[in-house]
Amino acid sequence: MNKGQEELLILLQKAQTEFGYLSEESVAELAKFLALSISEVYGVATFYSFLSTKPLGRNVIRICKSIPCYLKNCQTIINSVEQEIGIKPGETTPDGKFSFQLTNCIGACDKAPAMMINSDVYDDLTPSKISETLKAYK
Amino acid sequence: MPQKLIALRNCGVINPKDITTYLDRDGFKALKKAFDELTCEQVIEEIKASGLRGRGGAGFPCGLKWALARKAQGNEKYVICNADEGEVGTFKDRYILEGDPFTLIEAMAIAGYAIGAKKGYIYLRAEYHHHLDLLTNAIEQTREKGFLEHFDIDIREGAGSYVCGEETALMDSIEGKRGEVRYRPPFPPSRGLWAKPTIINNVETLMNIPQIILNGAHWFNQIGTERSKGTKVFSVSGDVRKPGVYELELGSRLKELVEDLALAEKVKMVQVGGATGRIIPYEMIDTPLSFETILGAGAVIVFDETRDIIDVVYRTMEFLAEESCGKCSPCREGTEVMVEILGRFSRGEGEERDIAVLQGLSQAMMLSSLCGLGQAAPIPVIDSLQHFRSAYENRIQKN
Repeated sequence: MNKGQEELLILLQKAQTEFGYLSEESVAELAKFLALSISEVYGVATFYSFLSTKPLGRNVIRICKSIPCYLKNCQTIINSVEQEIGIKPGETTPDGKFSFQLTNCIGACDKAPAMMINSDVYDDLTPSKISETLKAYK
Repeated sequence: MPQKLIALRNCGVINPKDITTYLDRDGFKALKKAFDELTCEQVIEEIKASGLRGRGGAGFPCGLKWALARKAQGNEKYVICNADEGEVGTFKDRYILEGDPFTLIEAMAIAGYAIGAKKGYIYLRAEYHHHLDLLTNAIEQTREKGFLEHFDIDIREGAGSYVCGEETALMDSIEGKRGEVRYRPPFPPSRGLWAKPTIINNVETLMNIPQIILNGAHWFNQIGTERSKGTKVFSVSGDVRKPGVYELELGSRLKELVEDLALAEKVKMVQVGGATGRIIPYEMIDTPLSFETILGAGAVIVFDETRDIIDVVYRTMEFLAEESCGKCSPCREGTEVMVEILGRFSRGEGEERDIAVLQGLSQAMMLSSLCGLGQAAPIPVIDSLQHFRSAYENRIQKN
C-alpha cells in the first residue's frame, strides 16, 4: 500500500492546528505531496469532526450536548455562550476570535456540563462561569 | 459490596508523572516475570486461564485473542491500545490514563512479548488531547528505565469520530484513512493493522494484565461470576449525588452501584452501556452487572422520575445517526428513519403504525448492519418499547 496514506491524517491534523482549517489549496498540496488523489485527501478531511474544511475562529468552543450533559442543563451553558459572543452553534464571530460548535460526549460526564475550548476542558460549568472563562481567550 | 480495585489500584496512589512511584508499587515486576520465568505461550495460557474478557463492550476472551495473533503467520505484528473512549457516558479510561499510565504501558509490553510484536500504538481520542503530554512523558520515562528495549509504543491521535472506537475503523484511522468499519472476517488477530496480525485491547482490559501475571490466573479467576471474571470499572453520571468512577466485582448489582455508591434517589431508569446500551427500569434495579446480563463498556447513566423516556431515546438516536460512518445502509438509513419517527413521538405526533415500523426496522438493523453501532442502535428503542410502551402510546395523535 501507499505509505503516504499513513502520514495523511497526521499531516491533516498538523495543518488544521497551524492554519485553523484545511483550505482547498492545503488539500491539493497534501494530495500531491503524498501521491494521493485530491478526493482521497478531501474524504479524510471531511470525515473527522475536529478537522474543518471551512475557516474556523482562532478559538473553537465545543459544548457537549450528549445525554449526561443534557441532564445537567447544558442548554443554559449554550445560551450563555451565545449571549457572551453573540453567535449561534455552527457560526464564527466576525472578528475571527471564536467558533462555536456543539459536540458529542467528551468524557467529562462526572463533572457535567462540560465544554472544550481548543484542547482545554472546562467542567462543572454554570452560566455565571462562562464570561470569566471566555475572557482568557479574548 | 465495597469497591474492589484491580484496574484502578494505583489511581490516586502513584504520581502519574513519576515512574519511581510506580516502581514502588511492584511496577514492571510482571513484565520482568514474563520475560524471565514464562514463555510467550505460558503468558497467553495464564491470561486464558484467568478468564479475562474485553472491557470495551464486546467481552471477547482476551487470552484467545492473543493466542490467535500469536499463531498467525508473519514477523510483523502489532499491539493496539484502544483509548478512543467515545461511548456516551464513559470516562473510566480517561480516569485511568490520568491516574496510572504506567500499568497500561507495562501491559502493552507484556502483550507485545506474548504475541511476538515489537510495536504498539495507543489510539487516543482527540477529546483527550490534554492528556497527551502526560502519556508521552510516561512512555519516555519507561524507555529511559530500559523497559521498552524490545517493544516500542507510539501514540496516534484521533480527530473526532465515535465510530473509530470500533476496532476495524480504528485501524483504518491509524492507517490515515476515513475511520470506516471493515468487513470481517478476516479478524484483526490474523489481518489487522496494515494487514498484519494485530491485537486491539481496551485500556481497562490491559490494566488487569500485570496483576494477573503477578498473582496468577487462579487469583483472578476467583473473582466475579462464572462467565465474567474479575472486576469492572463503571462510569456513573446523570441524576446521582456522587457521579464518578467505581470499580466493582463483576456480578455486583446495579442497585449497589447506583443507589449505595453513587447515591441516586427516585430512579426511573438506568441506561447501562452508553448510547446503544440497555435501558433498565427501576423495577429491575437488582439486575447483576456482568457479561451474562448487562455491562457494555460500563457506562451507567441514571435518570430520575422527572425524565421523559421518549426525549432520551430520541436524543440518543440523533447521536447515533450523526456518528454512523455511512458505509452500510441499514445503519446509515435506519438511524435517520428512527430519528424522524422518534422526533414525531417527542412532539406528540406519533402515528398508529409507527410502533410496528420501529420494531421491524430494529430487526432489520440488528440483522444486517456491519458493526456494533448499527446492530445495537435499536436497543434503546426496543427496551423503551418493552418497558415504557405507554409513553409511546400516549404520544400517538388521535384524529
